[in-house]
Amino acid sequence: MKRKQLKFVVGSSVIILTLAFLAFSGYQESKAYYLTVPELYAMKDASAEKQLKVAGDVVPGSIDRTESKVIKFLISQEDGKTHKVETLHVKYVGKDAPPDTFIDRAQAVVTGKLGDDGVFVAHEMTAKCASKYEKEAAAGVKRPTE
Amino acid sequence: MAQIGQFALALAFVVTVYSIAASLIGIRVKHDKLIASGRNAAVGTFACLTTAFLCLVYLFVVSDFSINYVAGHSNRDLPLYFKISAIWGGQEGSLLLWGWFLTGYAALVMIQNWRKHTAMMPYVTAVLMGSSLFFTSMHLFIANPFNQIVSIGPGGARVPFVPADGQGLNPLLQYILNAIHPPVMYLGLVGFAVPFAFAMAAMLSRQLGDTWIRTTRRWTMVAWFFLGTAILLGGKWAYVELGWGGFWGWDPVENASLMPWLIGTAFLHSVMVQEKKGMLKVWNMVLIILAYTMCLFGTFLTRSGVVSSVHAFAQSSIGGYFAAFIVISLSGALYLLLDRLPLLKSENQMESIVSRESSFMFNNLILLASCFAVFWGVMFPVFSEWIKGVKITVGPPFFNRVNVPIAIFLMFLTGVGPLLAWRKASTNSLKRNFLWPAAIALAAGIGLFFRGIGRPILKAPEELGQSLFQKLLGYSFTSSFYAWLAIIMSVFVAVTIAREFYKGARARSHGTGENFIEAVGNLTLQNTRRYGGYIVHFGFVLLFIGWAGQAFTTDVSTEAGIGDRISIRQYTLRVDKLGVEDTPNYQSMKATVSLFEDGVKVATMGPERRRYKAGEQQTTTEVSIWSTLKEDVYVVFSGATADGKRANIQVYYNPLVMWVWLGGIVLGLGTLIALLPNKKSSPRKRPQAADRTEEQKDVAEKVS
Repeated sequence: MKRKQLKFVVGSSVIILTLAFLAFSGYQESKAYYLTVPELYAMKDASAEKQLKVAGDVVPGSIDRTESKVIKFLISQEDGKTHKVETLHVKYVGKDAPPDTFIDRAQAVVTGKLGDDGVFVAHEMTAKCASKYEKEAAAGVKRPTE
Repeated sequence: MAQIGQFALALAFVVTVYSIAASLIGIRVKHDKLIASGRNAAVGTFACLTTAFLCLVYLFVVSDFSINYVAGHSNRDLPLYFKISAIWGGQEGSLLLWGWFLTGYAALVMIQNWRKHTAMMPYVTAVLMGSSLFFTSMHLFIANPFNQIVSIGPGGARVPFVPADGQGLNPLLQYILNAIHPPVMYLGLVGFAVPFAFAMAAMLSRQLGDTWIRTTRRWTMVAWFFLGTAILLGGKWAYVELGWGGFWGWDPVENASLMPWLIGTAFLHSVMVQEKKGMLKVWNMVLIILAYTMCLFGTFLTRSGVVSSVHAFAQSSIGGYFAAFIVISLSGALYLLLDRLPLLKSENQMESIVSRESSFMFNNLILLASCFAVFWGVMFPVFSEWIKGVKITVGPPFFNRVNVPIAIFLMFLTGVGPLLAWRKASTNSLKRNFLWPAAIALAAGIGLFFRGIGRPILKAPEELGQSLFQKLLGYSFTSSFYAWLAIIMSVFVAVTIAREFYKGARARSHGTGENFIEAVGNLTLQNTRRYGGYIVHFGFVLLFIGWAGQAFTTDVSTEAGIGDRISIRQYTLRVDKLGVEDTPNYQSMKATVSLFEDGVKVATMGPERRRYKAGEQQTTTEVSIWSTLKEDVYVVFSGATADGKRANIQVYYNPLVMWVWLGGIVLGLGTLIALLPNKKSSPRKRPQAADRTEEQKDVAEKVS
């Protein structure tokens, strides 16, 4: 290989290796297991101390804002196989206000850790409204709306 | 009206099929009239979709709720402009808008190149109409916006049904920036179809010179301009509307638009190497194929429900069709590329690592690395589920770790690249070009360092953890250090750009006798690509300074009653009033807050919390922002306590955010200038080669 080409190869390799290292360290720091509520219970033993993202629907009427700076609520999800509905207690302690879309029945994703008492302590939360038209359209249902 | 729309869609489908067939058969049998009719048909498709789109506009304006799509995305009390923007508030309408833009671009291309590139154009028609065929079939068969609501009557009969009012437009979309954000985004994403079509046509017709690149250079810039503008509009929307104090969160939706932008940026730079040196021909093909694929992939990502996102569309049935379309386009393009590989030989070789070519090469390398990292981050949950059976997600630290150093290195190249000579830059020219910018940037860096910015804060040894890896991780740089580096780079680039303008204008005013300001203007207008490019780079400098400010944000979250004070840095906020306002569209709770800077009242702010009356009665947070060049004070009213006496208030102190928006505006202006044709030089006296100064030669060397 010619000397000047070698320079390019070395330069590019250094850049790529550096970026790969940075990517790996970023991955180590921010990786989180993404689970639904039933999946969380299925792997309960393995999940302690790990950063988790848990998805579930906000149980209507469960949002409790009586304590300042803490929001307690329940999220639930049906198990795909057993059809049993599993519910998780969540305590949101994040610094940001919860998103506007965080309401009864919203699809919430909470990030945090599962405590020994079975309460999930979340420092981050996203929520999405179940958009009913799109769901119906996907299912091919046309229903009059009230 | 719906019937007309329906008919126009069907006609568009038929005409598209005809256009493809006529173009391809026309080339095969060398029948010019057939080719011309294929081309005319392509323009005809645009007419059909225009009709369909106008029908949909009409249905929204008159609030015809017998149409399912209208009833689902609008309501009677919506202001007229939001009724119109509601057209793209959902799946069917936004796809129609997309398809309409695509045929619009196609029609423009046909008109612009009516009698040019006769060997290539029929293929261009066929490729563009091939994409259009996908969209018109989607409109017609999968996501038809003109379907009526039917209810199942007695005996299973389907009876038309008209609800009294519509479901309303998602309140988060009832914001003017977000009303224009989607069309701008589509103009960008769709725009990459044009250079893609020319690239394919170049390979199909074996006309592999740089005609396709020169013809589509402006098109690529137009697409890139719209895409970038759309990304910034999205960021601005997130900042003012979502209420979490930031403008970029590495959400899959944001990433979906960033990926084609990164590839597009790489492409815009590497085409210059092909134009000047006849190099990187295969690479440019790969880039344009990737850019177009990423545009489609972004759409797929946001609509298929493959990854979860805050604002991804709900899961819908169209993901599979998009995936199929991507696979077909990508594999077709790559097959063609492999087949034509022998025709794409490079005419030159890289000679020196310190040259314009090599700076472009590194620019491309890291832009692609950035895109790859973003892609990997977005798709990680999907890949990890395939491989390990568990979904693992990565968060902002992953994206920042990789992309922040990339961005800083890119900024460095932004300063260096345009001033390096082609082939090989001499040591002398390096000194001439970079000594002062480097010195000034360094001085700025030292100044900032003594003001406490940029000192890398290392963790205490006991916090570092056990393994070597954890130790290395602990020593990785802090955001404050990166911000410091970013500002140094920004100063460096700003000085190089200012000097380019200064040197060029001074040389010009010596030659022509124009005054300095005139000279700057004419210089820019006579070489729009180069000086427009510098202005774009300068826009990035401003953006960068704004980003650097993000390293110094702070925030306070508190519960405050009337008369209570909240302080953050040099600002104090006092809650004056909590009240309720009522409009036909929504009801709002409003906090009136006085803002004091160093004890002096500077503004009255009114953050709100609105409850929209239509549909599901969604609530939204309306933040209030006090914006200066130095910093933003961003106030969120996230609700009152149960007794209504106290307010939950978050205050964010965000330095330099305005620079991001200013940078965006400069960026857009620069792109527009670069899009202008070069003004012919004035008949006044031109400098003779013999009296050129060293600097003029330098300028000439770079232009050529």
